[in-house]
Amino acid sequence: MNERVNTIKTMSDYLNPQVRAIPPSGIRRFFDMANASKDKDIITLGVGEPDFVTPWHIRDACVYSLERGKTTYTANAGMIELREAIADYLSSRFHVGYDPENEIIVTVGGSEAIDLALRALIAPGDEVLIPAPTYLPYEPITLLSGGVAVPVETRAEHSFKLQAEDLKAKLTPRSKVLILCYPSNPTGGIMSYEDWLPIARVVEEHDLIVISDEIYAELTYEGRHVSFASLPNMRDRTILVSGFAKAFAMTGWRMGYLCGHHELVSAMLKIHQYTVMCAPIMGQVAALEALRNGLEEMEKMVESYNRRRRLVVEGFRQIGLPCHEPQGAFYAFPDIRGTGLSSEEFAQRLLREAKVAVVPGHVFGLGGEGFIRCSYATSVNLLQQAIERIGKFISKL
Amino acid sequence: MMDRFHSQILELLREDSRRTPAVIATMLGVDEQAVKKAIDDLEKERVLVKYSAVVNWSKVDENKVTALIEVQITPERGRGFDAIAERIYLYPEVKTVYLMSGGYDLLVEVEGKSLMEVAAFVSNKLSPIDSVLSTKTHFILKKYKQDGVIFEDHEGDHRLVISP
Repeated sequence: MNERVNTIKTMSDYLNPQVRAIPPSGIRRFFDMANASKDKDIITLGVGEPDFVTPWHIRDACVYSLERGKTTYTANAGMIELREAIADYLSSRFHVGYDPENEIIVTVGGSEAIDLALRALIAPGDEVLIPAPTYLPYEPITLLSGGVAVPVETRAEHSFKLQAEDLKAKLTPRSKVLILCYPSNPTGGIMSYEDWLPIARVVEEHDLIVISDEIYAELTYEGRHVSFASLPNMRDRTILVSGFAKAFAMTGWRMGYLCGHHELVSAMLKIHQYTVMCAPIMGQVAALEALRNGLEEMEKMVESYNRRRRLVVEGFRQIGLPCHEPQGAFYAFPDIRGTGLSSEEFAQRLLREAKVAVVPGHVFGLGGEGFIRCSYATSVNLLQQAIERIGKFISKL
Repeated sequence: MMDRFHSQILELLREDSRRTPAVIATMLGVDEQAVKKAIDDLEKERVLVKYSAVVNWSKVDENKVTALIEVQITPERGRGFDAIAERIYLYPEVKTVYLMSGGYDLLVEVEGKSLMEVAAFVSNKLSPIDSVLSTKTHFILKKYKQDGVIFEDHEGDHRLVISP
């Protein structure tokens, strides 16, 4: 007989109730199902990462630095050369200025940056406004920090742009943080300067602090990306989160960064230094190479997504699936309400019957039901085949 | 006549020459008629010369031997290298002829059914040409990559089927 802990408690009783309360990720459940089939014929539009491999010169810079024995810790906030390069890049491309000495932290992916920002800001009971549908982690991380997640619905008829009235309707005296993710995962929506101004006014009037996740900034196809931090009076109220994953095809490197007012940044640096110490030096070397010599190739990748974006939007139009025109990221978010299926049913049947994997919109929270997320970061041939299959699937419903 | 629009079309056709004008027009966000006209012009100007397939012949059960031959020649008065290049490229066995800088003048790609056949071409046809001073024949053993395409099953899509 094995010695066992003699207790009437179940193991989950030992867990922090806040952790227990987090529901399993909807995307994970669907992912398990998609992967379980092992069917080589499945075309996936479910992937949230570029289909490019990291450009060779970036990989090579990392290999070379390993050969020379660069395997140490770096400064907690990241190599100063990298922070300087990030500051130059943000100022030249998005017109926001940060002091590399004390206003930038290099993080383990944009994910760590979001975690740091929320942990540094939220006290129990604070309300965090989250425009939805949106990237999944904001809500669970808010809950882990003891905060209350308050979704603010965005809608297809507004091209999923956040509306100031909708935001105002959710304000309470406990509202503290607003999380913005534009260009948007999953909708592909973007916010222009004019779209931002009324939001900035609400932020100022109600003394909110903003976490602006601009990881898809470079993937903006109509006009230029407008950083929330670049708006009048918004710089010091904004923690800007970004990274190298989407623009430079560097998802697996886990290289991100955050920028903000030095008092906020020094608080986040405390958490960062006690949890991860510093981002891996290999990734930092690669990220530095990306910023120094990778912009041209990055722009080519963006143009390639743009071509596929037009193809997919036109494809959905031709098979009669309404789709607002996504202007950023690499996702289309077509409306499947006309089929009478829930997005979960639609995605499950599409996978089984037509062998195309998409992500059902409801996993992205409020306002996502009735839509599916289709990533067009896959080859033109596969995209064309996928749209044909979706078209046949719909016509048989 | 060549502008950015034309280069974009060439780029898309080079990736996949079976793309239709409609698809190209959608990808570039322009009118289909404009793409058709541009392709017509490119064909007339012989900028677009031929639509062909990249084949990995090593997977085809057929004898095929390819050699790259370095050729040194004496240029002809008045016509430089062009006349001799023409004499060489008119042979159907010759698939490619480049004028080169550096240690030799012409690089000639020759295809045959066997080593003997290629060797015979060099000794019977190529070397005897008056202006040809010397040849060096290199047989291709394996093609790893051609026209930007890697032949080995390489760097497949390792991404998860679904990720956030």
